[in-house]
Amino acid sequence: MSDITEDTVRHLANLARIALTPEEVTTLTSELAAIVSAVEKVNEAVSADVPATSHPIPMENVWREDVVADELTSEQALTGAPDHDGSRFRVTAILGEEA
Amino acid sequence: MSDLTRLSAAEQSALLESREISSVELTKAHLDRIAETDSDLGAFLHVSDDALTIADEVDAARAGGVSLNPLAGIPVAVKDVLCTLDMPSTAGSKILEGWVPPYDATPVARLRTARMPLLGKTNMDEFAMGSSTEHSAYGITRNSWDRTRIPGGSGGGSASAVGAFQASLALGSDTGGSIRQPAAFTGTVGMKPTYGGVSRYGAIALASSLDQIGPVTRTVLDAGLLHDIIGGYDHHDSTSISDEWPSFADAARRGARGESLKGLRVGVVKELDLSGFQPGVTARFHETLTMLAAEGAEIVDVSAPNFEYAVAAYYLILTAEASSNLAKFDSVRFGLRVTPNGTPTVEDVMSATREVGFGAEAKRRIILGTYALSAGYYDAYYGSAQKVRTLIQRDFAAAFAQVDVLVSPTAPTTAWKVGENLDDPLAMWLSDITTIPVNMAGIPGISIPIGLADEDNLPVGLQIMAPARDDARLYEIGAAIEALLDAKRGSTFSALTPAFTGGAN
Amino acid sequence: MAKDALMDFDKALEKFEPVIGLEVHVELSTKSKMFSSASNVFGADPNTAVTPVCLGLPGSLPVVNKDAVRYSISLGLALGCEIAETCRFARKNYFYPDLAKNYQISQFDEPIAFEGSLEVELDNGDIVTIPIERAHMEEDAGKLTHVGGATGRIQGAEYSLVDYNRAGVPLVEIVTKPIYGTEGRAGEVARAYVSTIRDIVRGLGISEARMERGNLRCDANVSLRPRGDEKLGTRTETKNVNSLRSIERAIRYEIQRQAALLDKGTAIIQETRHWHEDTGTTSPGRPKSDADDYRYFPEPDLLPIRPSRELVEELRAALPEPPAAQRRRLKAEWGFSDLDFKSIVNAGLLVEVRETVEAGANPQSARKWWMGELSRTANEMNVEPSSLVTPTQVAELQSAVDAGTINDKLAREALAGLIANEGTVAEIIEKRGLTVVSDDGALIAAIDAALASQPDVLEKIASGKVEAAGAIIGAVMKAMGGKADAARVRELVIERASA
Repeated sequence: MSDITEDTVRHLANLARIALTPEEVTTLTSELAAIVSAVEKVNEAVSADVPATSHPIPMENVWREDVVADELTSEQALTGAPDHDGSRFRVTAILGEEA
Repeated sequence: MSDLTRLSAAEQSALLESREISSVELTKAHLDRIAETDSDLGAFLHVSDDALTIADEVDAARAGGVSLNPLAGIPVAVKDVLCTLDMPSTAGSKILEGWVPPYDATPVARLRTARMPLLGKTNMDEFAMGSSTEHSAYGITRNSWDRTRIPGGSGGGSASAVGAFQASLALGSDTGGSIRQPAAFTGTVGMKPTYGGVSRYGAIALASSLDQIGPVTRTVLDAGLLHDIIGGYDHHDSTSISDEWPSFADAARRGARGESLKGLRVGVVKELDLSGFQPGVTARFHETLTMLAAEGAEIVDVSAPNFEYAVAAYYLILTAEASSNLAKFDSVRFGLRVTPNGTPTVEDVMSATREVGFGAEAKRRIILGTYALSAGYYDAYYGSAQKVRTLIQRDFAAAFAQVDVLVSPTAPTTAWKVGENLDDPLAMWLSDITTIPVNMAGIPGISIPIGLADEDNLPVGLQIMAPARDDARLYEIGAAIEALLDAKRGSTFSALTPAFTGGAN
Repeated sequence: MAKDALMDFDKALEKFEPVIGLEVHVELSTKSKMFSSASNVFGADPNTAVTPVCLGLPGSLPVVNKDAVRYSISLGLALGCEIAETCRFARKNYFYPDLAKNYQISQFDEPIAFEGSLEVELDNGDIVTIPIERAHMEEDAGKLTHVGGATGRIQGAEYSLVDYNRAGVPLVEIVTKPIYGTEGRAGEVARAYVSTIRDIVRGLGISEARMERGNLRCDANVSLRPRGDEKLGTRTETKNVNSLRSIERAIRYEIQRQAALLDKGTAIIQETRHWHEDTGTTSPGRPKSDADDYRYFPEPDLLPIRPSRELVEELRAALPEPPAAQRRRLKAEWGFSDLDFKSIVNAGLLVEVRETVEAGANPQSARKWWMGELSRTANEMNVEPSSLVTPTQVAELQSAVDAGTINDKLAREALAGLIANEGTVAEIIEKRGLTVVSDDGALIAAIDAALASQPDVLEKIASGKVEAAGAIIGAVMKAMGGKADAARVRELVIERASA
């Protein structure tokens, strides 16, 4: 069922926001095809009546009380920022959608 | 004292408590050892500049009669996957180069509370994606036993640091074997606790439902001592288990006294004892089984038919979760920013940053994970993988209905040569076949050294597995086997480590 | 941007049947955020109400806020929904700079509440039942500010600034099923629906529901189908609709715009459109391409929520009366005419008036303030009246009037002070020197001065022409800068004349 083409890889790279070089696209296309055919066997193992396990240790209703804690100062928040204006993170122009 | 760095943490602790040595002396000995050896080993990405300050404070506190944790004043190395307030935390990735977090990971905070000087941050495969520590953006780490070999991965830095006596204690993280496999390759002890046993808060996530933090040491007792400090409930991690845990150090001491092996039902997982494994690995493993039987243990063959699918399911779950976890590295709030020429949009900047900032393995896994989650493929891939997870848990449940612990070789081979498997990502992935089922089921697993393979004289590890929440059983049984082997050998395993003083290779 | 062709509204309805769907986001007023312990506040300095979780720092992990779950269950119950036996959080993956982790923690196939319905009352008293598909919990995104563009909009901006204070604020998203048969009242139905949700969440005390602050936001899906067709038309989703009035206008606009296109044989593009309050138009947003593939999967950092049936029943028992029943009760209690009561409801001020009455004001006065001065001022400032002052403040103001401390004229000045955030009613009266002059000596002196220039007034009063006092009262009020109690002045003037 695997049908990995270079277009598939380019689409996935766009979804994942990674700008691949044409060489990387080619390499990844063959690697991904090989990997996908290797992992496809998971389909053999399961049937519809097997429930999925998302968490290895089952728990539920894990929550906290509605209390404020652990806040950072804006200085701490911005400490690792590539660019900021002193209180907010700065990014280059966003095209497309009006906010 | 001849060489403080050769001692176990428990021995170091005794000397500190009797005031025969100071924490400053002990810490300095380790810092000197790092300075002497690390240019060849490459275990550390960053060495702390205030470890001695903490050591000095601990000495003063001890002199002042303050009651201290047994490990207070004993220096510890921290895998770079954990956030540290005063040191860069990069997870081995260029995309986080130089990033100093504004908060401590919970396990790190607990080390500080116990007043343990942090030696520095250890090298790892980028975002813990790898089995050889050759995928770090900051260079490779070499095996403390043989510098032409890889130390395993992803936690090769912590394992080699401990193996080379740069530290007696280190923290690692284990998503599919990243603590246990390097421990096996370097002749050290590595413990992956029950999922939720140690907080993941502040551990830079690879795969949230698989990751677990744990100790890397040279003895089982040391691992138990360290686990006692870092483990236990943390309200910052929703998956943290709120149970009261027994003392793991006590469990190890109990095991070392003997008796624990008599009548113990030991299960050998057929699917994790394959003919394709390296002969020296298989030989040491079966020798150990014979030894256990001689001690009164009952060896039982068990089958786990669905383990066949574990690796495939593991890589689907891991890459899916990782593709989402690694989305936060976008150049906005922290880390690298690469701005292409012209008038780029923020999307262009994000894409360029991630292209430059991630290594090949990270990109490969992000792309696979994105595929596994994308529209139309979810059920076939991610959904099926989560079902396989259920089947693996059932296999374990059936096995543990028959036996007390399960055992297998920790890894199919000993440490391979640097560069040997680099061209074949799939072969590298398959090397984790023995360790992966444990993460899939969330149960605890420990690796202890059981000897050297005849063909290459490299360490072989035994993996012991127990049901979820029964970590103490691993410390008890691990320490029992360790004590038996030490007695037969007439020395600790680490005493066999070939001399390494740096410079030679 | 090019101007859209519009078809006459009535003509559009002749040819096409509108079908609408509404997505309402309610920000919950918990103390801390949905998955982080940062404070949930409005208007704090940028990036101060944040923890490592809100910033998506590497290693940080979400933990669910218990009160946010309780609030969500209450809201689900108030919307007539079933509450899930078990529900889960899921990650919705997409890249955007205001989304710290580049995924939003939301709920996908297992929402906390589903299958509800809500009765809403239209202006003419008709009741419409809105079918509700689901209500789910999720987290809000941060706030982007675009700098350097001519209009402050995103197009042409040189750069953008991100504040993550709002990132992680708890949201409940309420999604309706397609709403059929609204016809020409599609916009009104939508407005009444959102208004009812606003009343509900305020009644529950789970959200401030101030649209101008984004506490309550509505996205409107509109599609048209030719009369007689079974198949639904292609829909558009209009965002950025930030007032009750604009909901109605935006839907009307979309009906007219889509009708004009369909009439020409042009296909409707399934897209997100943005409402512009200033021009009363919509414009297309980012075309949906890769953004459609959100790669939802169960959030591995969080565990399932299984609300106990005891909790659900406890919350059900604590629900306030439904809005329609409450309206009937209040109208009777207040003794208002149909017209007076309906005018309050239509203005969307029922909650304000009710809370003002609950804070101690008499119903007539409460109505007068909200429907009069406050509505007028809000209209001038182009904001919602509720954004100007709180009901408690209005009640305090009225209480000062009732006590005779200030008169109606001074009260309006004090109100201006409240709107300007000058302090409490007492502080404003003090600061602005608004107390009425209650010292008879000062009033008598002013009356004497006025009588001196109009000596004939006393005689007129004495001869029975009491209305002649008006001239003196006016002069005294003027002399006292409006700070006199007119009734007292009148008494004093008449006393004087009869002395």
